[in-house]
Amino acid sequence: MPIIKNGKIVNDTWHHLADDEPASAAPCTVSVARWLREKETLVAHGGALGLRIGGGDRMEEFVGDLDQFPLVVVEFPSMVDGRGFSVARLLRERHGYQGELRARGTFILDQVFYLWRVGFDALEFAPGVALEAALPRLQEFSVRYQAAADEPRPIYRQYAR
Amino acid sequence: MYQYDQYDQRLVDERVAQFRDQTHRFLQGELTEDQFRPLRLMNGLYLQRHAPMLRVAIPYGLLSSRQLRKLADISRRYDKSVAHFTTRQNIQFNWPRLEDVPDILAELATVQMHAIQTSGACIRNVTSDPLAGVCPDEIEDPRPYCEIIRQWSTLHPEFSYLPRKFKIAVSGAAKDRAATQVHDIGLQMVKNDAGETGFEVLVGGGLGRTPIIGQTVRPFLAKADLLSYLEAVLRVYNRFGRRDNKYKARIKILLKETGIEDFTRQVEAEWAHIRGQLVLDTAEIERVKRHFTAPDYQPASAGTLETQATAEPRFDAWLRNNTTAHKIAGYRSVFLSLKPRGVPPGDVTDAQMEAIADLADRYSFGEVRATHTQNLVFADVNQDELLELWQRLATIGLATPNIGKATDMICCPGLDYCSLANASSISVAEDIYSRIDDIDYLHDLGDLRINISGCMNGCAHQSVGHIGILGVDKKGEEWYQLTLGGSSSNDASLGERLGPAVDKASVAEAVETILQTYIELRHDDEPFLDTVRRLGINPFQERVYAHH
Repeated sequence: MPIIKNGKIVNDTWHHLADDEPASAAPCTVSVARWLREKETLVAHGGALGLRIGGGDRMEEFVGDLDQFPLVVVEFPSMVDGRGFSVARLLRERHGYQGELRARGTFILDQVFYLWRVGFDALEFAPGVALEAALPRLQEFSVRYQAAADEPRPIYRQYAR
Repeated sequence: MYQYDQYDQRLVDERVAQFRDQTHRFLQGELTEDQFRPLRLMNGLYLQRHAPMLRVAIPYGLLSSRQLRKLADISRRYDKSVAHFTTRQNIQFNWPRLEDVPDILAELATVQMHAIQTSGACIRNVTSDPLAGVCPDEIEDPRPYCEIIRQWSTLHPEFSYLPRKFKIAVSGAAKDRAATQVHDIGLQMVKNDAGETGFEVLVGGGLGRTPIIGQTVRPFLAKADLLSYLEAVLRVYNRFGRRDNKYKARIKILLKETGIEDFTRQVEAEWAHIRGQLVLDTAEIERVKRHFTAPDYQPASAGTLETQATAEPRFDAWLRNNTTAHKIAGYRSVFLSLKPRGVPPGDVTDAQMEAIADLADRYSFGEVRATHTQNLVFADVNQDELLELWQRLATIGLATPNIGKATDMICCPGLDYCSLANASSISVAEDIYSRIDDIDYLHDLGDLRINISGCMNGCAHQSVGHIGILGVDKKGEEWYQLTLGGSSSNDASLGERLGPAVDKASVAEAVETILQTYIELRHDDEPFLDTVRRLGINPFQERVYAHH
């Protein structure tokens, strides 16, 4: 399935494993609950492993494990559930997560600029969204008043005003 | 006042283009109603009972005459030549066409205005003291900080999809005219023991369905830490505020359920991580301050005003009621009453807006301010010109000497316009007005705040009215609950419910009974609120429900 990654449309090979689905050797992501329950088995499964975070998951329970995951997925259960925006900034700016940080869910084109600003470098839209239309929106605004994951300086340090 | 630089202007222009595209996609069926709703709300656009309603931001209530002329022009071209000032210092158009809204926003952008974040589950337009920078009781002018907060909160990538709306008010004076205790965050400028000016931070105040007075989470916050602390509060709220029930989603409920100690600990812990990364530079504060310099004040002649007032009792009444002390000798701040008889509170016509703009240029350095009580202010009027200004205001119907009095009611649009309303409010205000229109009676009643909301959302702040009136729907009929003893000033308190709701035909009579009871029971010139606080609601209750 195609996703946006690093500003390009690419085909994605990750599989999002349900909590009761057996892990194969293919790259797969698991929920925080499953990770906490089956850490040892999952590490042993052999394939690449990613972590899926919901807005309600307690960060202190998994941030120590972040360097084990080349991919972290933040779930957006609805377009108005904005918890993932804070989660992304914390992962990037506080916990120094350097791997692929992917937003997944029912957000829309008009949120892409914000998603990019808080540190996501991959976007997995709900099926049916024309990804070409999302690309220009990564830079929808040329002015950024706030510091965020994409720009550590607030506007008054970006320009001599 | 603040003037946009190239970055501010570019952002607003880009926002217009974005909303034009969003509206187009919605009209083409590419965006569903559910998808378009949060987008349009964050541009101040409601789909209402009769037509869309567009709420335009007036940042911290400050308007130039040029902006006001543009608003008049928009009301004439896109609306019915009327606009409505709100309780959050904004202005609303009640009849634009959805298709025209992108053009209206483009017009606004030409005068450095916008409708960004005037609604929706995001950080709303920051509000402040309408007498900021001119009142004698000021610790520091709050407007530069309001502007800094405006910019920080505009299109904030992390905080645009909050659990619910989020309102910030800033007051820099001893007397709180910005209702900071009933905002999600209230910032009160204070001096610490070292003589430095900073902010006392209150969190969790709010009106609406569950009115709560805010609590202090930090008694003193240095200016350099302003943005990092706001960001810490917002982050805790965005992560942990309830999203399962929109009536429990405001930060006041999070604070209540978490408890003030735990909540404060969470905020402080978050802040400890980020305060070093997000410093508000002194150079930026100074840059913004340079936009709020004092105008070229001129000396006034001695004694003239007293002579004029003695010669003309109606002028004297207006002078005492509708003007207030200024920090510069020889100047006064003038309130323009948007509460004449027979006009929905807060409404102005296009012609009035243009006339106000002309008067602002002539008498008050080209600036106008909106108040949260739905009136306007000319902040800087030389007292030699007050008589002439009064005469001119009278000819356009804006000199009713009722500021802060019983007929200076705060009133939401109610059932007449708003799709959320359960009951009408404008006609109730008119009924009450008709019973206290006599000027001597009005002034005898003294300072009195009557607030009327047409539903639980409480846009007219009824729970902090000295007399609060809340419209409710009972089996398809309009009924009204009365509360007594509320205040949004320094002595903030929530009104106490008087008793069972009364029907529409009885509201004005009930208010009249309350006022009569007050007159009989007050001590000397004791204000209404003090009498209610001294005696409690019982004597009022007995009289209002005597025949029920």
